[in-house]
Amino acid sequence: MSGKLIWISFSTIFRRELRRFTRIWPQTLVPPVITMSLYFVIFGSLIGRRIGDMGGYPYMEFVVPGLIMMSVITNSYANVASSFYSAKFQRSVEELLVSPTPNWTVMAGYVFGGVARGLMVGLIVTLVAVFFTSLSVKYLVVTTAIVLLAAVLFSLAGFINAIYANSFDAISIIPTFVLTPLTYLGGVFYSIDLLSPFWQGLSKLNPILYMVNSFRYGILGVSDINVVWAFVGVLIFIALLVGWGLYLMSHGKRLRH
Amino acid sequence: MTAALSIQNLQKTYENGFQALKGISFAVQPGDFFALLGPNGAGKSTTIGIICSLVRKTAGSVSIFGVDTDRNFSAAKRLLGVVPQEFNFSQFEKVSDILMTQGGFYGMPRKLAGERTEKYLKQLGLWDKRATQARMLSGGMKRRLMIARALIHEPKLLILDEPTAGVDIELRRSMWRFLEKINAQGTTIILTTHYLEEAESLCRNIAIIDKGIIVENTSIKSLLKTLNRETFILDCNAYLTKAPVLMEFECRLLDSHSLEVTVEKGQSLTELFIALKAQGVTVTSMRNRANRLEELFLSMLSEEKMEGLEQ
Repeated sequence: MSGKLIWISFSTIFRRELRRFTRIWPQTLVPPVITMSLYFVIFGSLIGRRIGDMGGYPYMEFVVPGLIMMSVITNSYANVASSFYSAKFQRSVEELLVSPTPNWTVMAGYVFGGVARGLMVGLIVTLVAVFFTSLSVKYLVVTTAIVLLAAVLFSLAGFINAIYANSFDAISIIPTFVLTPLTYLGGVFYSIDLLSPFWQGLSKLNPILYMVNSFRYGILGVSDINVVWAFVGVLIFIALLVGWGLYLMSHGKRLRH
Repeated sequence: MTAALSIQNLQKTYENGFQALKGISFAVQPGDFFALLGPNGAGKSTTIGIICSLVRKTAGSVSIFGVDTDRNFSAAKRLLGVVPQEFNFSQFEKVSDILMTQGGFYGMPRKLAGERTEKYLKQLGLWDKRATQARMLSGGMKRRLMIARALIHEPKLLILDEPTAGVDIELRRSMWRFLEKINAQGTTIILTTHYLEEAESLCRNIAIIDKGIIVENTSIKSLLKTLNRETFILDCNAYLTKAPVLMEFECRLLDSHSLEVTVEKGQSLTELFIALKAQGVTVTSMRNRANRLEELFLSMLSEEKMEGLEQ
Protein backbone atom coordinates (compact mmCIF):
# COMPACT_ATOMS: atom_id res chain seq x y z
CA MET A 1 0.00 0.00 0.00
CA SER A 2 1.51 3.32 -1.03
CA GLY A 3 2.14 6.21 1.35
CA LYS A 4 -0.79 8.20 0.00
CA LEU A 5 -3.23 5.33 0.42
CA ILE A 6 -1.95 4.67 3.94
CA TRP A 7 -2.43 8.34 4.77
CA ILE A 8 -6.04 8.17 3.52
CA SER A 9 -6.67 5.05 5.62
CA PHE A 10 -5.10 6.62 8.69
CA SER A 11 -6.98 9.89 8.34
CA THR A 12 -10.23 7.98 7.80
CA ILE A 13 -9.81 6.09 11.08
CA PHE A 14 -8.71 9.25 12.87
CA ARG A 15 -11.63 11.26 11.51
CA ARG A 16 -14.08 8.52 12.50
CA GLU A 17 -12.68 8.59 16.04
CA LEU A 18 -13.07 12.38 16.19
CA ARG A 19 -16.61 12.05 14.91
CA ARG A 20 -17.38 9.38 17.51
CA PHE A 21 -16.25 11.21 20.62
CA THR A 22 -17.59 14.59 19.52
CA ARG A 23 -20.98 13.01 18.64
CA ILE A 24 -21.29 11.69 22.19
CA TRP A 25 -19.78 14.79 23.83
CA PRO A 26 -22.06 14.65 26.88
CA GLN A 27 -20.41 11.29 27.69
CA THR A 28 -16.86 12.06 26.60
CA LEU A 29 -16.09 15.76 27.06
CA VAL A 30 -18.44 17.07 29.73
CA PRO A 31 -17.97 14.59 32.64
CA PRO A 32 -14.18 15.05 32.98
CA VAL A 33 -14.61 18.83 32.93
CA ILE A 34 -17.23 18.67 35.70
CA THR A 35 -15.06 16.30 37.77
CA MET A 36 -11.97 18.45 37.40
CA SER A 37 -13.92 21.63 38.17
CA LEU A 38 -15.05 20.01 41.43
CA TYR A 39 -11.43 19.10 42.21
CA PHE A 40 -10.44 22.73 41.60
CA VAL A 41 -13.20 24.00 43.87
CA ILE A 42 -12.74 21.48 46.69
CA PHE A 43 -9.00 20.72 46.71
CA GLY A 44 -7.84 23.98 45.24
CA SER A 45 -10.04 26.74 46.60
CA LEU A 46 -11.63 25.29 49.75
CA ILE A 47 -9.15 22.82 51.26
CA GLY A 48 -6.16 24.19 49.38
CA ARG A 49 -6.23 27.49 51.27
CA ARG A 50 -5.73 25.65 54.55
CA ILE A 51 -2.96 23.43 53.16
CA GLY A 52 -0.69 26.31 52.27
CA ASP A 53 2.29 25.87 49.96
CA MET A 54 3.28 22.62 48.29
CA GLY A 55 6.63 22.28 46.50
CA GLY A 56 7.13 26.00 46.99
CA TYR A 57 3.84 27.00 45.30
CA PRO A 58 0.32 27.72 46.55
CA TYR A 59 -1.58 24.42 46.63
CA MET A 60 -3.94 25.45 43.83
CA GLU A 61 -1.05 26.17 41.47
CA PHE A 62 0.61 22.92 42.51
CA VAL A 63 -2.42 20.73 41.94
CA VAL A 64 -3.58 22.17 38.58
CA PRO A 65 -0.86 20.57 36.38
CA GLY A 66 -1.48 17.18 38.01
CA LEU A 67 -5.21 17.41 37.42
CA ILE A 68 -4.73 18.39 33.77
CA MET A 69 -2.38 15.46 33.26
CA MET A 70 -4.78 13.13 35.07
CA SER A 71 -7.61 14.09 32.74
CA VAL A 72 -5.39 13.60 29.67
CA ILE A 73 -4.27 10.16 30.84
CA THR A 74 -7.70 8.81 31.77
CA ASN A 75 -9.44 10.16 28.66
CA SER A 76 -6.79 8.95 26.20
CA TYR A 77 -7.02 5.50 27.72
CA ALA A 78 -10.80 5.40 27.94
CA ASN A 79 -11.32 6.62 24.38
CA VAL A 80 -9.30 3.90 22.68
CA ALA A 81 -10.34 1.12 25.06
CA SER A 82 -14.06 1.80 24.62
CA SER A 83 -13.95 2.65 20.92
CA PHE A 84 -11.88 -0.33 19.81
CA TYR A 85 -13.73 -2.75 22.08
CA SER A 86 -17.07 -1.44 20.78
CA ALA A 87 -15.83 -2.04 17.23
CA LYS A 88 -14.97 -5.60 18.26
CA PHE A 89 -18.31 -6.04 20.03
CA GLN A 90 -20.33 -4.77 17.04
CA ARG A 91 -17.93 -6.61 14.70
CA SER A 92 -17.42 -3.39 12.76
CA VAL A 93 -13.69 -3.94 13.30
CA GLU A 94 -14.06 -6.52 10.51
CA GLU A 95 -14.48 -3.60 8.08
CA LEU A 96 -10.88 -2.73 8.84
CA LEU A 97 -9.54 -6.25 9.08
CA VAL A 98 -10.75 -7.24 5.60
CA SER A 99 -9.44 -4.00 4.10
CA PRO A 100 -5.84 -3.53 2.88
CA THR A 101 -5.13 -1.11 5.75
CA PRO A 102 -1.91 -2.29 7.47
CA ASN A 103 -2.08 -3.25 11.15
CA TRP A 104 0.18 -0.41 12.23
CA THR A 105 -2.08 2.11 10.49
CA VAL A 106 -5.14 0.73 12.28
CA MET A 107 -3.34 1.06 15.60
CA ALA A 108 -2.04 4.54 14.78
CA GLY A 109 -5.51 5.74 13.76
CA TYR A 110 -7.07 4.61 17.03
CA VAL A 111 -4.16 5.85 19.13
CA PHE A 112 -4.23 9.32 17.59
CA GLY A 113 -7.99 9.38 18.12
CA GLY A 114 -7.32 8.74 21.81
CA VAL A 115 -4.61 11.40 21.84
CA ALA A 116 -7.04 13.89 20.29
CA ARG A 117 -9.66 13.28 22.98
CA GLY A 118 -7.07 13.36 25.77
CA LEU A 119 -5.66 16.66 24.53
CA MET A 120 -9.09 18.16 23.92
CA VAL A 121 -10.23 17.31 27.45
CA GLY A 122 -6.86 18.56 28.78
CA LEU A 123 -7.33 21.84 26.95
CA ILE A 124 -10.86 22.34 28.27
CA VAL A 125 -9.72 21.52 31.81
CA THR A 126 -6.86 24.01 31.39
CA LEU A 127 -9.32 26.71 30.33
CA VAL A 128 -11.48 25.94 33.37
CA ALA A 129 -8.36 26.07 35.59
CA VAL A 130 -7.68 29.62 34.42
CA PHE A 131 -10.82 30.68 36.33
CA PHE A 132 -9.28 29.42 39.56
CA THR A 133 -5.62 30.36 39.27
CA SER A 134 -3.15 32.20 37.10
CA LEU A 135 -1.47 29.71 34.82
CA SER A 136 1.78 30.36 32.99
CA VAL A 137 3.95 27.82 31.23
CA LYS A 138 7.64 27.91 32.16
CA TYR A 139 8.97 25.38 29.62
CA LEU A 140 6.59 25.10 26.67
CA VAL A 141 8.50 22.35 24.84
CA VAL A 142 8.68 20.12 27.94
CA THR A 143 5.02 20.72 28.73
CA THR A 144 3.83 19.96 25.20
CA ALA A 145 6.12 17.00 24.69
CA ILE A 146 5.25 15.21 27.93
CA VAL A 147 1.50 15.69 27.58
CA LEU A 148 1.64 14.39 24.02
CA LEU A 149 3.78 11.40 24.95
CA ALA A 150 1.58 10.57 27.95
CA ALA A 151 -1.51 10.68 25.72
CA VAL A 152 0.19 8.36 23.19
CA LEU A 153 1.33 5.98 25.93
CA PHE A 154 -2.10 5.63 27.53
CA SER A 155 -3.89 5.43 24.20
CA LEU A 156 -1.62 2.50 23.34
CA ALA A 157 -2.41 0.90 26.70
CA GLY A 158 -6.14 1.36 26.04
CA PHE A 159 -5.74 -0.25 22.62
CA ILE A 160 -4.05 -3.32 24.09
CA ASN A 161 -6.68 -3.54 26.83
CA ALA A 162 -9.39 -3.49 24.13
CA ILE A 163 -7.70 -6.28 22.16
CA TYR A 164 -7.63 -8.57 25.20
CA ALA A 165 -11.08 -7.56 26.45
CA ASN A 166 -13.95 -9.95 25.87
CA SER A 167 -16.60 -7.97 27.75
CA PHE A 168 -17.33 -4.36 28.66
CA ASP A 169 -16.34 -5.24 32.25
CA ALA A 170 -12.86 -6.10 31.01
CA ILE A 171 -12.27 -2.58 29.74
CA SER A 172 -13.21 -1.06 33.09
CA ILE A 173 -11.06 -3.37 35.26
CA ILE A 174 -7.71 -1.78 34.36
CA PRO A 175 -8.91 1.85 34.75
CA THR A 176 -10.60 1.05 38.07
CA PHE A 177 -8.03 -1.18 39.70
CA VAL A 178 -4.77 -0.03 38.12
CA LEU A 179 -5.02 3.37 36.46
CA THR A 180 -7.01 5.21 39.14
CA PRO A 181 -4.83 4.11 42.11
CA LEU A 182 -1.63 4.83 40.18
CA THR A 183 -2.93 8.26 39.20
CA TYR A 184 -4.04 9.22 42.70
CA LEU A 185 -0.72 7.96 44.12
CA GLY A 186 1.25 9.51 41.27
CA GLY A 187 1.90 12.90 42.84
CA VAL A 188 -1.16 14.65 41.45
CA PHE A 189 -2.25 15.97 44.84
CA TYR A 190 1.01 16.00 46.79
CA SER A 191 4.76 16.15 46.53
CA ILE A 192 6.47 12.87 47.34
CA ASP A 193 8.79 14.89 49.59
CA LEU A 194 5.97 14.53 52.14
CA LEU A 195 6.43 10.77 52.21
CA SER A 196 8.89 8.69 54.20
CA PRO A 197 11.91 7.37 52.26
CA PHE A 198 10.29 3.92 51.90
CA TRP A 199 7.09 5.31 50.35
CA GLN A 200 9.13 7.75 48.23
CA GLY A 201 11.06 4.76 46.84
CA LEU A 202 7.85 2.87 46.20
CA SER A 203 6.28 5.89 44.52
CA LYS A 204 9.21 6.07 42.13
CA LEU A 205 8.08 2.74 40.67
CA ASN A 206 4.87 4.43 39.56
CA PRO A 207 5.23 5.57 35.91
CA ILE A 208 2.46 8.15 36.28
CA LEU A 209 4.54 10.00 38.90
CA TYR A 210 7.13 10.74 36.19
CA MET A 211 4.59 12.08 33.73
CA VAL A 212 2.78 14.24 36.29
CA ASN A 213 6.03 15.66 37.60
CA SER A 214 7.43 16.32 34.14
CA PHE A 215 4.26 18.17 33.22
CA ARG A 216 4.41 20.13 36.47
CA TYR A 217 8.04 20.90 35.74
CA GLY A 218 7.07 22.26 32.33
CA ILE A 219 4.48 24.58 33.89
CA LEU A 220 5.96 25.51 37.28
CA GLY A 221 9.61 24.56 36.93
CA VAL A 222 9.55 22.17 39.95
CA SER A 223 9.67 18.39 39.99
CA ASP A 224 10.18 15.55 42.46
CA ILE A 225 12.06 13.50 39.85
CA ASN A 226 14.65 13.85 37.11
CA VAL A 227 12.70 14.97 34.04
CA VAL A 228 15.21 13.53 31.57
CA TRP A 229 14.70 10.08 33.04
CA ALA A 230 10.96 10.60 32.83
CA PHE A 231 11.18 11.21 29.07
CA VAL A 232 13.46 8.22 28.59
CA GLY A 233 11.09 6.03 30.60
CA VAL A 234 8.01 7.18 28.70
CA LEU A 235 9.69 6.62 25.33
CA ILE A 236 10.75 3.10 26.38
CA PHE A 237 7.22 2.29 27.53
CA ILE A 238 5.80 3.61 24.25
CA ALA A 239 8.21 1.47 22.24
CA LEU A 240 7.26 -1.61 24.29
CA LEU A 241 3.53 -1.00 23.90
CA VAL A 242 3.85 -0.36 20.16
CA GLY A 243 5.69 -3.68 19.79
CA TRP A 244 3.12 -5.48 21.94
CA GLY A 245 0.17 -3.99 20.07
CA LEU A 246 1.60 -4.86 16.66
CA TYR A 247 2.39 -8.39 17.82
CA LEU A 248 -1.20 -8.88 18.94
CA MET A 249 -2.55 -7.43 15.69
CA SER A 250 -0.30 -9.55 13.48
CA HIS A 251 -1.31 -12.70 15.37
CA GLY A 252 -4.98 -11.68 15.22
CA LYS A 253 -5.30 -12.06 18.99
CA ARG A 254 -9.05 -12.04 19.78
CA LEU A 255 -9.63 -10.39 16.40
CA ARG A 256 -9.32 -13.25 13.93
CA HIS A 257 -10.21 -16.93 14.45
CA MET B 1 -7.10 -17.93 -17.92
CA THR B 2 -6.31 -16.95 -14.32
CA ALA B 3 -9.06 -18.03 -11.96
CA ALA B 4 -10.95 -15.33 -10.06
CA LEU B 5 -10.56 -17.51 -6.99
CA SER B 6 -8.35 -20.54 -6.63
CA ILE B 7 -8.37 -22.60 -3.45
CA GLN B 8 -5.92 -25.45 -3.03
CA ASN B 9 -5.98 -28.04 -0.24
CA LEU B 10 -7.46 -25.57 2.25
CA GLN B 11 -7.53 -26.88 5.79
CA LYS B 12 -8.72 -25.39 9.04
CA THR B 13 -8.57 -26.95 12.48
CA TYR B 14 -9.83 -24.74 15.31
CA GLU B 15 -8.12 -24.55 18.69
CA ASN B 16 -10.69 -26.91 20.19
CA GLY B 17 -9.60 -29.57 17.67
CA PHE B 18 -12.64 -29.27 15.40
CA GLN B 19 -11.58 -29.78 11.79
CA ALA B 20 -13.83 -27.42 9.83
CA LEU B 21 -12.08 -27.87 6.46
CA LYS B 22 -10.34 -31.09 5.48
CA GLY B 23 -8.37 -29.99 2.43
CA ILE B 24 -10.83 -28.47 -0.02
CA SER B 25 -9.88 -27.34 -3.52
CA PHE B 26 -11.94 -25.53 -6.11
CA ALA B 27 -11.68 -22.68 -8.59
CA VAL B 28 -14.08 -19.97 -9.72
CA GLN B 29 -13.62 -18.53 -13.18
CA PRO B 30 -13.74 -14.78 -13.92
CA GLY B 31 -17.27 -13.56 -14.62
CA ASP B 32 -18.87 -16.60 -13.03
CA PHE B 33 -21.86 -16.59 -10.72
CA PHE B 34 -20.89 -19.37 -8.39
CA ALA B 35 -22.85 -21.05 -5.59
CA LEU B 36 -21.14 -22.46 -2.52
CA LEU B 37 -23.72 -24.59 -0.80
CA GLY B 38 -23.77 -26.79 2.24
CA PRO B 39 -25.72 -27.44 5.42
CA ASN B 40 -25.09 -25.47 8.60
CA GLY B 41 -21.61 -26.17 9.96
CA ALA B 42 -20.38 -27.59 6.64
CA GLY B 43 -17.49 -25.11 6.36
CA LYS B 44 -18.88 -22.41 4.05
CA SER B 45 -18.38 -19.48 6.41
CA THR B 46 -14.97 -20.78 7.46
CA THR B 47 -13.95 -20.86 3.80
CA ILE B 48 -15.16 -17.29 3.28
CA GLY B 49 -13.50 -16.22 6.53
CA ILE B 50 -10.16 -17.56 5.32
CA ILE B 51 -10.52 -15.90 1.91
CA CYS B 52 -11.09 -12.49 3.52
CA SER B 53 -8.53 -13.06 6.33
CA LEU B 54 -10.90 -13.12 9.29
CA VAL B 55 -10.06 -16.78 9.84
CA ARG B 56 -6.47 -18.05 9.82
CA LYS B 57 -6.00 -21.18 7.76
CA THR B 58 -4.16 -24.23 9.04
CA ALA B 59 -2.84 -25.22 5.60
CA GLY B 60 -3.41 -24.71 1.90
CA SER B 61 -3.43 -21.70 -0.37
CA VAL B 62 -5.84 -19.06 -1.63
CA SER B 63 -5.28 -16.82 -4.61
CA ILE B 64 -7.55 -14.10 -5.96
CA PHE B 65 -7.06 -13.33 -9.66
CA GLY B 66 -3.64 -14.95 -9.38
CA VAL B 67 -2.57 -12.96 -6.30
CA ASP B 68 -1.54 -15.34 -3.52
CA THR B 69 -3.02 -14.13 -0.23
CA ASP B 70 0.07 -15.36 1.65
CA ARG B 71 2.40 -13.27 -0.51
CA ASN B 72 0.45 -10.09 -1.13
CA PHE B 73 -2.69 -9.94 0.95
CA SER B 74 -2.98 -6.18 0.52
CA ALA B 75 -3.27 -6.50 -3.28
CA ALA B 76 -5.59 -9.51 -2.97
CA LYS B 77 -7.91 -7.61 -0.59
CA ARG B 78 -8.33 -4.81 -3.12
CA LEU B 79 -9.82 -7.33 -5.56
CA LEU B 80 -12.24 -8.71 -3.02
CA GLY B 81 -15.54 -7.50 -1.55
CA VAL B 82 -17.33 -9.47 1.16
CA VAL B 83 -20.91 -9.32 2.39
CA PRO B 84 -20.92 -11.30 5.64
CA GLN B 85 -23.81 -13.22 7.13
CA GLU B 86 -24.05 -11.11 10.30
CA PHE B 87 -24.43 -7.33 10.40
CA ASN B 88 -20.96 -5.98 11.08
CA PHE B 89 -21.17 -2.21 10.82
CA SER B 90 -21.32 0.38 13.55
CA GLN B 91 -24.99 0.70 14.44
CA PHE B 92 -24.56 4.33 15.50
CA GLU B 93 -23.02 5.67 12.31
CA LYS B 94 -24.95 7.25 9.48
CA VAL B 95 -25.46 5.16 6.35
CA SER B 96 -23.39 7.46 4.15
CA ASP B 97 -20.59 7.66 6.76
CA ILE B 98 -20.31 3.86 6.79
CA LEU B 99 -19.71 3.82 3.04
CA MET B 100 -17.40 6.84 3.03
CA THR B 101 -15.35 5.30 5.83
CA GLN B 102 -15.08 1.98 4.04
CA GLY B 103 -13.87 3.82 0.94
CA GLY B 104 -11.22 5.46 3.09
CA PHE B 105 -10.04 2.08 4.39
CA TYR B 106 -9.35 1.18 0.76
CA GLY B 107 -7.40 4.39 0.23
CA MET B 108 -10.08 6.13 -1.83
CA PRO B 109 -9.96 9.96 -1.89
CA ARG B 110 -13.05 11.50 -0.29
CA LYS B 111 -14.37 12.90 -3.59
CA LEU B 112 -14.33 9.46 -5.23
CA ALA B 113 -15.72 7.81 -2.09
CA GLY B 114 -18.54 10.37 -2.10
CA GLU B 115 -19.39 9.67 -5.74
CA ARG B 116 -19.39 5.91 -5.19
CA THR B 117 -21.46 6.28 -2.02
CA GLU B 118 -24.13 8.14 -3.96
CA LYS B 119 -23.96 5.66 -6.84
CA TYR B 120 -24.41 2.51 -4.75
CA LEU B 121 -26.88 3.95 -2.25
CA LYS B 122 -29.05 5.01 -5.19
CA GLN B 123 -28.69 1.65 -6.93
CA LEU B 124 -29.66 -0.19 -3.77
CA GLY B 125 -32.53 2.13 -2.88
CA LEU B 126 -30.90 3.60 0.23
CA TRP B 127 -30.15 7.15 -0.90
CA ASP B 128 -33.10 8.54 1.07
CA LYS B 129 -31.66 6.90 4.17
CA ARG B 130 -28.14 8.30 3.77
CA ALA B 131 -28.38 10.51 6.87
CA THR B 132 -30.08 7.83 9.01
CA GLN B 133 -28.22 5.94 11.72
CA ALA B 134 -27.69 2.32 10.64
CA ARG B 135 -29.52 0.96 13.68
CA MET B 136 -32.72 2.63 12.47
CA LEU B 137 -32.78 0.63 9.21
CA SER B 138 -34.95 -2.43 8.62
CA GLY B 139 -33.30 -5.85 8.25
CA GLY B 140 -33.57 -5.73 4.46
CA MET B 141 -32.06 -2.25 4.33
CA LYS B 142 -29.17 -3.38 6.51
CA ARG B 143 -28.47 -6.25 4.10
CA ARG B 144 -28.48 -3.82 1.16
CA LEU B 145 -26.22 -1.48 3.10
CA MET B 146 -23.68 -4.29 3.49
CA ILE B 147 -23.83 -4.98 -0.26
CA ALA B 148 -23.28 -1.28 -1.02
CA ARG B 149 -20.37 -1.19 1.42
CA ALA B 150 -18.77 -4.26 -0.16
CA LEU B 151 -18.99 -2.62 -3.60
CA ILE B 152 -17.59 0.79 -2.66
CA HIS B 153 -14.10 -0.11 -3.93
CA GLU B 154 -15.61 -1.93 -6.95
CA PRO B 155 -14.02 -5.34 -6.34
CA LYS B 156 -13.59 -7.82 -9.17
CA LEU B 157 -14.70 -10.65 -6.88
CA LEU B 158 -17.75 -10.29 -4.63
CA ILE B 159 -18.56 -12.91 -2.01
CA LEU B 160 -22.00 -12.89 -0.42
CA ASP B 161 -22.67 -15.08 2.60
CA GLU B 162 -26.43 -15.63 2.71
CA PRO B 163 -27.27 -12.10 1.55
CA THR B 164 -31.02 -12.63 1.39
CA ALA B 165 -31.51 -14.38 4.73
CA GLY B 166 -34.61 -12.97 6.40
CA VAL B 167 -35.45 -10.73 3.44
CA ASP B 168 -39.00 -10.69 2.03
CA ILE B 169 -39.69 -12.15 -1.42
CA GLU B 170 -40.09 -8.84 -3.26
CA LEU B 171 -36.86 -7.45 -1.88
CA ARG B 172 -35.06 -10.73 -2.46
CA ARG B 173 -35.99 -10.65 -6.14
CA SER B 174 -34.89 -7.03 -6.49
CA MET B 175 -31.55 -8.01 -4.92
CA TRP B 176 -31.27 -10.88 -7.42
CA ARG B 177 -31.79 -8.45 -10.28
CA PHE B 178 -29.12 -6.17 -8.87
CA LEU B 179 -26.64 -9.03 -8.47
CA GLU B 180 -27.37 -10.25 -12.00
CA LYS B 181 -26.71 -6.73 -13.27
CA ILE B 182 -23.32 -6.35 -11.61
CA ASN B 183 -22.40 -9.90 -12.67
CA ALA B 184 -23.28 -8.97 -16.27
CA GLN B 185 -20.99 -5.94 -15.88
CA GLY B 186 -18.09 -8.28 -15.12
CA THR B 187 -18.04 -8.80 -11.35
CA THR B 188 -17.42 -12.42 -10.39
CA ILE B 189 -19.88 -13.44 -7.68
CA ILE B 190 -19.73 -16.25 -5.15
CA LEU B 191 -22.92 -16.82 -3.22
CA THR B 192 -23.79 -18.98 -0.26
CA THR B 193 -27.46 -19.33 0.44
CA HIS B 194 -30.01 -21.56 2.09
CA TYR B 195 -32.55 -20.66 -0.59
CA LEU B 196 -31.67 -23.24 -3.22
CA GLU B 197 -34.14 -21.65 -5.61
CA GLU B 198 -31.81 -18.63 -5.41
CA ALA B 199 -28.76 -20.66 -6.38
CA GLU B 200 -30.66 -22.39 -9.20
CA SER B 201 -31.93 -19.09 -10.58
CA LEU B 202 -28.73 -17.08 -10.34
CA CYS B 203 -25.71 -19.34 -10.46
CA ARG B 204 -24.01 -21.12 -13.31
CA ASN B 205 -21.59 -23.27 -11.32
CA ILE B 206 -21.74 -24.82 -7.92
CA ALA B 207 -19.66 -26.43 -5.21
CA ILE B 208 -21.36 -28.37 -2.43
CA ILE B 209 -19.46 -28.66 0.81
CA ASP B 210 -20.33 -31.05 3.61
CA LYS B 211 -18.34 -31.80 6.77
CA GLY B 212 -15.38 -29.86 5.47
CA ILE B 213 -15.03 -31.61 2.11
CA ILE B 214 -16.27 -30.73 -1.37
CA VAL B 215 -18.84 -33.37 -2.34
CA GLU B 216 -19.73 -31.86 -5.71
CA ASN B 217 -18.20 -29.20 -7.96
CA THR B 218 -19.79 -28.80 -11.35
CA SER B 219 -22.18 -26.66 -13.38
CA ILE B 220 -25.76 -26.33 -12.18
CA LYS B 221 -26.95 -27.73 -15.54
CA SER B 222 -24.81 -30.85 -15.21
CA LEU B 223 -25.89 -31.31 -11.66
CA LEU B 224 -29.57 -31.07 -12.48
CA LYS B 225 -29.13 -33.68 -15.21
CA THR B 226 -28.25 -36.17 -12.49
CA LEU B 227 -31.58 -35.62 -10.80
CA ASN B 228 -33.35 -39.00 -10.87
CA ARG B 229 -36.66 -38.06 -9.37
CA GLU B 230 -38.90 -35.08 -8.80
CA THR B 231 -41.78 -34.74 -6.39
CA PHE B 232 -44.91 -32.82 -7.41
CA ILE B 233 -47.89 -31.61 -5.49
CA LEU B 234 -51.09 -31.96 -7.50
CA ASP B 235 -54.31 -30.11 -6.74
CA CYS B 236 -57.33 -32.19 -7.77
CA ASN B 237 -60.99 -31.45 -8.36
CA ALA B 238 -62.28 -34.66 -6.72
CA TYR B 239 -62.84 -35.11 -2.97
CA LEU B 240 -60.22 -37.68 -1.97
CA THR B 241 -60.43 -39.93 1.05
CA LYS B 242 -57.37 -41.98 0.23
CA ALA B 243 -54.51 -41.85 -2.26
CA PRO B 244 -55.21 -43.48 -5.63
CA VAL B 245 -53.19 -46.66 -6.17
CA LEU B 246 -51.05 -46.11 -9.28
CA MET B 247 -48.92 -48.92 -10.68
CA GLU B 248 -46.10 -46.75 -12.01
CA PHE B 249 -46.04 -43.87 -9.55
CA GLU B 250 -45.56 -43.40 -5.82
CA CYS B 251 -48.57 -41.42 -4.64
CA ARG B 252 -49.46 -39.99 -1.19
CA LEU B 253 -52.57 -38.18 0.01
CA LEU B 254 -51.85 -34.75 1.49
CA ASP B 255 -55.43 -33.62 2.10
CA SER B 256 -58.87 -34.07 0.56
CA HIS B 257 -57.90 -32.17 -2.59
CA SER B 258 -54.16 -32.65 -3.04
CA LEU B 259 -51.71 -35.44 -3.72
CA GLU B 260 -47.93 -35.76 -3.61
CA VAL B 261 -46.53 -37.84 -6.46
CA THR B 262 -42.92 -38.85 -7.14
CA VAL B 263 -41.94 -39.07 -10.80
CA GLU B 264 -38.80 -41.05 -11.63
CA LYS B 265 -36.42 -40.08 -14.44
CA GLY B 266 -37.82 -41.51 -17.70
CA GLN B 267 -41.43 -41.45 -16.57
CA SER B 268 -43.74 -39.00 -18.30
CA LEU B 269 -46.22 -36.65 -16.71
CA THR B 270 -48.72 -37.50 -19.44
CA GLU B 271 -48.77 -41.11 -18.20
CA LEU B 272 -49.35 -39.83 -14.69
CA PHE B 273 -52.31 -37.69 -15.74
CA ILE B 274 -53.79 -40.57 -17.74
CA ALA B 275 -53.46 -42.92 -14.77
CA LEU B 276 -55.13 -40.41 -12.46
CA LYS B 277 -57.89 -39.69 -14.97
CA ALA B 278 -58.59 -43.42 -15.17
CA GLN B 279 -59.33 -43.31 -11.44
CA GLY B 280 -61.61 -40.29 -11.83
CA VAL B 281 -59.10 -37.73 -10.60
CA THR B 282 -58.59 -34.56 -12.65
CA VAL B 283 -55.55 -32.39 -11.90
CA THR B 284 -56.33 -28.67 -11.77
CA SER B 285 -52.82 -27.40 -10.94
CA MET B 286 -49.39 -28.72 -10.02
CA ARG B 287 -46.09 -27.51 -8.53
CA ASN B 288 -42.73 -28.91 -7.42
CA ARG B 289 -42.68 -29.91 -3.75
CA ALA B 290 -39.17 -28.52 -3.59
CA ASN B 291 -37.09 -27.03 -6.36
CA ARG B 292 -34.90 -29.40 -8.31
CA LEU B 293 -31.66 -28.31 -6.74
CA GLU B 294 -33.13 -28.83 -3.30
CA GLU B 295 -34.03 -32.44 -4.18
CA LEU B 296 -30.45 -33.04 -5.26
CA PHE B 297 -28.98 -31.23 -2.33
CA LEU B 298 -30.93 -33.31 0.14
CA SER B 299 -29.93 -36.52 -1.61
CA MET B 300 -26.27 -35.52 -1.36
CA LEU B 301 -26.24 -34.77 2.33
CA SER B 302 -24.63 -37.45 4.35
CA GLU B 303 -26.93 -40.06 5.83
CA GLU B 304 -25.74 -39.13 9.28
CA LYS B 305 -26.80 -35.51 8.78
CA MET B 306 -30.21 -36.58 7.50
CA GLU B 307 -30.69 -38.84 10.51
CA GLY B 308 -29.78 -35.89 12.71
CA LEU B 309 -32.36 -33.72 10.96
CA GLU B 310 -35.06 -36.35 11.34
CA GLN B 311 -34.38 -36.59 15.05
